[in-house]
Amino acid sequence: MDQHQGQHQEHHLHMPHGPSEPTHHEEHIVSPKIYLLIGTALLILTATTTAVSYIDLGAFNAVVALAIACTKMTLVVLFFMHVKYGSGLTKLTVAAGFLTFCVLIMMTMTDYVSRAWGRW
Amino acid sequence: MDSHTVAAQTAETGHIEHTHDHPAFLRHHFESVPQQREAATFGMWLFLLTEIMFFGGLFCAYLIFRNWYYPAFVAGSHTLHIWAGTLNTTLLIISSFTMAMAVHAAETRVRKALMGWMIATIILGCGFLCVKAYEWHDEWVEHHVPGLNFSPVSFLHPTKDYPDDVLSLDMAEKTQVYYSLYFAMTGMHALHMIIGVSLLTILLIQAYGGKYVEGHVAPIENFGLYWHFVDIVWIFLFPLLYLISRHQ
Repeated sequence: MDQHQGQHQEHHLHMPHGPSEPTHHEEHIVSPKIYLLIGTALLILTATTTAVSYIDLGAFNAVVALAIACTKMTLVVLFFMHVKYGSGLTKLTVAAGFLTFCVLIMMTMTDYVSRAWGRW
Repeated sequence: MDSHTVAAQTAETGHIEHTHDHPAFLRHHFESVPQQREAATFGMWLFLLTEIMFFGGLFCAYLIFRNWYYPAFVAGSHTLHIWAGTLNTTLLIISSFTMAMAVHAAETRVRKALMGWMIATIILGCGFLCVKAYEWHDEWVEHHVPGLNFSPVSFLHPTKDYPDDVLSLDMAEKTQVYYSLYFAMTGMHALHMIIGVSLLTILLIQAYGGKYVEGHVAPIENFGLYWHFVDIVWIFLFPLLYLISRHQ
């Protein structure tokens, strides 16, 4: 047990946050620099999406706005929500949920598009 | 105490002896703090998936009704203040940044920084709610609240900014579908914000008492996940409600 305690303390010295709550796949503390970078990118994308909405692109206004929203979501999920640094279990959970969501939306849409097929 | 020791001990004596070499916040049914933290993150993500499905239903309804009553949705969207939507998006994104920094402060165990970032997040969240309340008040004054004080009159005559926004009485009535979805979506989002600010206040009081800087990061991290999720919902509400109909 003594030897074990010794290892414990040595371990502690090398990790600023101590050994008490790392994750299985090796704890990764995201640096504030990355948070600042992602936050700035999100603000720039917000300014872009508002600016683009003042330009008349026809049907592409919606496409551009949603593409920017998806980009912002990806940045938030990967970096602010730590999925990029997360365990395989977390990644699988998020991916499975996203896929299920897409399937549900797609199936609802195919129904609405095709229900009155040939009757308009 | 590693897993083999625990297994051997359990086999010999039938229960795990408490040697007090683990922190107080580690629950009995977990073998180690890492395992406990990963289970908590997994559970939080499962909860967030149910939330995605909940808001997803509303987004889906918005998509379908926008196609059905297109002129009504365009005219309804034109009545929103684009500056308010942009300001709120900015406030929420900065609050997501401050919340991410709060998680960082908990991980690096700096109590003052943790509290500071949490307070900043609370202030930004309240700022968002204030702007939202201003907008809702405006819509009330304009008689745009379905079921309570709705009037289609403003859509029957040309307006200063959008002289082409003249709808038939039938289509003007249909703007209620737009406003119903608008209030349902922004209302549910604001409810999530109110719950978030309340939870964060509780966490702040606990952090003041010295919690969450002793290695027990999971509650702060999981609250962060919730807060970022609410941010993502707004990231989609903003273009759908305010932006995409401006030139239609």
